[in-house]
Amino acid sequence: MKAYEKIVEKLIIVCAIISTISVVLITVFIFRSGLPILMNYGVIDFIFGTNWSPTNGNYGILPLIAGTLSVTLGALIIGVPMGIASAIILSEILPGKVARVFKSAIELLAGIPSVVYGFFGLIVLVPAIRTFILPIVQLVVPKATTTGFSIFAGAIILAIMILPTIVSISENSIKAVPREFREASLALGANKMETIVRVIIPAAKSGIIASIILGMGRAIGETMAVILITGNMPKIPGGPLDSVATLTGTIAMEMGYADATHQQALFAVGIILFMIIMLLNAIAQISAHGLRGNN
Amino acid sequence: MENASTKFEIDKLNLFYGSFQALIDIDMTIYTNKITALIGPSGCGKSTFIRTLNRMNDLILGVKTTGLVKFDEMDIYAVDYDVINLRKKVGMVFQKPNPFPKTIFENIVYGPKVHGEKNRDKLQEIVEKTLKEVALWEEVKDRLHKPALGLSGGQQQRLCIARCLAVEPEVILMDEPTSALDPVATSKIESLLEELVEKYTIVIVTHNMQQAGRVSDYTSFFLSGKVLETDKTEIIFSNPTNKKTEEYITGRFG
Repeated sequence: MKAYEKIVEKLIIVCAIISTISVVLITVFIFRSGLPILMNYGVIDFIFGTNWSPTNGNYGILPLIAGTLSVTLGALIIGVPMGIASAIILSEILPGKVARVFKSAIELLAGIPSVVYGFFGLIVLVPAIRTFILPIVQLVVPKATTTGFSIFAGAIILAIMILPTIVSISENSIKAVPREFREASLALGANKMETIVRVIIPAAKSGIIASIILGMGRAIGETMAVILITGNMPKIPGGPLDSVATLTGTIAMEMGYADATHQQALFAVGIILFMIIMLLNAIAQISAHGLRGNN
Repeated sequence: MENASTKFEIDKLNLFYGSFQALIDIDMTIYTNKITALIGPSGCGKSTFIRTLNRMNDLILGVKTTGLVKFDEMDIYAVDYDVINLRKKVGMVFQKPNPFPKTIFENIVYGPKVHGEKNRDKLQEIVEKTLKEVALWEEVKDRLHKPALGLSGGQQQRLCIARCLAVEPEVILMDEPTSALDPVATSKIESLLEELVEKYTIVIVTHNMQQAGRVSDYTSFFLSGKVLETDKTEIIFSNPTNKKTEEYITGRFG
């Protein structure tokens, strides 16, 4: 028994070490491959350069950053209100049984492969934007034109993809608000909506913020769906119907044919992406800590 | 006791949690500007009963109530009765101090704000007045905008009473308000009750026999969902009619 426990313990330690080492190795690898070009080309020129044309030796990734940020921001604008509203309805308004059905449906969204989202966007959203949305926009801006491959399409698909993250984490933090707060509010003559808006959401605030940040991380990191529907044009967008290329999409599309310097540049894009995600995770963790500290 | 005016008139009140009957044929009168204590062993229905008076049991799924609960001559379980208005007039203080995770100031103005008071000066005035009423003003006047959760348990409970007073209720329901507090904080709340009863009608659930004896004017003894005896406190404690009441009061069970 004792010997058996020791073996299991060793195995667990080995597993933990392997996963830790993987993180370290990946980090070292990305930085080793990408740092040289950052140094040679210049960090400022790299990040703020507006021309990404690797075949001509121009490695300015500002268009890619703008692409990623615009699609992510769009996804948040659509997805956050929807996600928080869903979380409130699931935890506070719908009766338990109905809520469970809705909740499993939303969680199912997380299980759909991203390429399927992309394909759906390609077949449904992109043509819909071209044939239905564009004529409406042209009523206001006659010169508007779009292929349908756009920030807007990417934002809608990403919004759906980040819903499960936002809904389940927000819902958990809303459910964790002690019943006493609800009772106190209702006993003072507040109605259900006032209680939700004035007591429950403020008390669940840090969990809700963490859910948004994690959703944002997911949106920034998403690759496959975005490649299929945003058009992959590395230029700074002028409006939501423009095509863009994202950081992740560019790496995935170009790695296959990249020559040595180009490949280095793609790794450098990876470094930037890596740092953005790390930063977001850190903020999410601090925010989640706040949740425990407050209550 | 015929002279005193009545606040609540309860007639044949029955309450069911699903198929379990928690209250059985309760008849009771609650007198204006008096303290009524509800005593009895755990699970006897006294907390359930106090929660029927401001309809907090509505929140629990599967609760069914029959019988009559009249507040100021109105049946509060009538279909068109305004529950929000009832809860404004009948405030509640809970067993565990439950201030919101907001500042002291925001806790007190929560009720008035919900009911539409926006004037900053008026709100400030309410905060000062209610905190003075619960004798907390001197202790917290310099940190009104600090988190309420930073106060001690006894201070938190007095804050909860002040929060309840801020909506200007007529009745205060207290569900074992001192059971989570130390003896010093408890005695502060008890002496507070004696002052509050000048202006408010108080119903208090308590586990503590001495507390019921010390503070209340009337006492009702609950056992297994029934009210076995209800009378002036001095009679209940000196000369109870019911054998069970006597046994409970003298500590032979419960």
